[in-house]
Amino acid sequence: MKVWASHLAVVALLLALGFLLPPYHATNMARIMVLAVFAMGYNLAFGYTGLLSLGHALFFAAGIYAAGLPIWHWGLGAAPALILGLLGGGIVAGVTGLLALRTAGVSFMIVTLMFAQAGYLTLLYFNGVTGGDEGFALPASGRMLFGADLSTDLPRYLTAWALFSATFLATLALVRSRFGRVMVALRENEERARMLGINPFTAKLAVLVLSGAASGLAGAAYGVLFGYAGASFATIQYSILPMLYVLLGGAGTVAGPLLGAVLMFALIEVANDLTSAWLFIVGAVLVIVVLFAPKGILGALRDRFFRGLP
Amino acid sequence: MALEVKGLTAGYGPVTVLRGVDFEARAGQVTCLMGRNGAGKTTLLKAIMGLVELAEGSVRLGGVDLQGLPAHRIPCHGLAWVPQGRRLFGPLTVAENLEVGGLTRGNRAEVREHVLTLFPRLRERLAQPAATLSGGEQQMLAIGRALCLEPKVLLLDEPTEGLQPSMIALIRDAVLRLRAEGVAVVLVEQRVEAVLKMADRVAFMAHGRVEEMVEARRLEPGARQFLDYVGV
Repeated sequence: MKVWASHLAVVALLLALGFLLPPYHATNMARIMVLAVFAMGYNLAFGYTGLLSLGHALFFAAGIYAAGLPIWHWGLGAAPALILGLLGGGIVAGVTGLLALRTAGVSFMIVTLMFAQAGYLTLLYFNGVTGGDEGFALPASGRMLFGADLSTDLPRYLTAWALFSATFLATLALVRSRFGRVMVALRENEERARMLGINPFTAKLAVLVLSGAASGLAGAAYGVLFGYAGASFATIQYSILPMLYVLLGGAGTVAGPLLGAVLMFALIEVANDLTSAWLFIVGAVLVIVVLFAPKGILGALRDRFFRGLP
Repeated sequence: MALEVKGLTAGYGPVTVLRGVDFEARAGQVTCLMGRNGAGKTTLLKAIMGLVELAEGSVRLGGVDLQGLPAHRIPCHGLAWVPQGRRLFGPLTVAENLEVGGLTRGNRAEVREHVLTLFPRLRERLAQPAATLSGGEQQMLAIGRALCLEPKVLLLDEPTEGLQPSMIALIRDAVLRLRAEGVAVVLVEQRVEAVLKMADRVAFMAHGRVEEMVEARRLEPGARQFLDYVGV
């Protein structure tokens, strides 16, 4: 009960922030929540199951384009576009997983990276359909959800909050389920899990599909809420981003991706104000965190104070 | 006969470790595997579990040929392995480790109760992460988790290694109880005293073969086989 109450409190706090924050910060917070959904998807694969992927940009981009292209070309509405984004991310992750999961460790990382690069180049190659490197702006008609205009502050914030909350609570339920224990078992010792009758390939494929679906949903939400889709979302930067959020906030913790996204956003803002070499400051902070809290901030807190934190 | 291994030849890539092993484990008996380091004991257990590809020979469990089955399907046929070093899922609690162990068997309450009766210490530690248990408790959990598979044959690789005498006695009692319940136990063990207390039969391995299979009651401390095959 305590676990659910504390996570519901996070959800309630984020809802309240939507009404308290000034527009600039509310927009930033909406962006953070969408990126946290992406990071939560990544965390399922990496944090809970030990699948170190460099291909999640592909799943994020699959979501953006699965949602954005039908809006752009055929005037689809936001609600079905978000569903298409979720399905797009899941399907692309499933196909990628069918091949990539035949490898493990560093090979898995390289194969997923190659898939993402292939996806990026495909987006550029078919620029007539995808808009290529320049991308495309989503028309206002595709940014309406149940009569609310998602290009305005409060509806955008509340939509980001709703998607975040659904993913956040679904993740909590998943990792506390039997399947969640299987994920941890695979991360800790795949051979041992296999010797207990668990099929690692099937289980990891299921995790990757869920992870890809969450990433796809985040991509679709990003496109719909902020009105733009472009091939840059398929670059390696968007594979590294959720990894950094997860590493900073705490891999294998439900709230870690949110914390990581908030801190990284704040860190970049502060560092950007201080110097044009802001990446140097961000890098130094990340090195310090990895040195002193290798399991991330919530991972370190769990080890010391909150043993039962999922 | 619970487990029957015939003419088993296997190894790692170009290196052949097992060279025509013949071996059997019977229901309600403890069969010990003894031999020097590198004799092939652990590789034999891995080959039985499908983790090492067989070049020749067969592994049959209760008449079912296990050769060619994917490794994750083998435990479903009633074979469980507790490897050397325990290899628990450290962040999961004792209860969760047992739950993962019994997933493919539906986690029946009476099986879990049986494990907790066999190792009462685990009942006191159910909510504790496995990584925080003592060495003896970890070994109990490793065996308990394997028992959640409701095995007909239990393979134990040096389960008492590095444990204090009181823990060794608890593990030994559990093994003897499992034997009394009809489980076929295959035990890799290096300590002569433990072998003589638990074993019904002893298979002595050298150079990737079972060189001698002897009834344990015919052995005594200082027997020729211990000197020849283990060096003690």
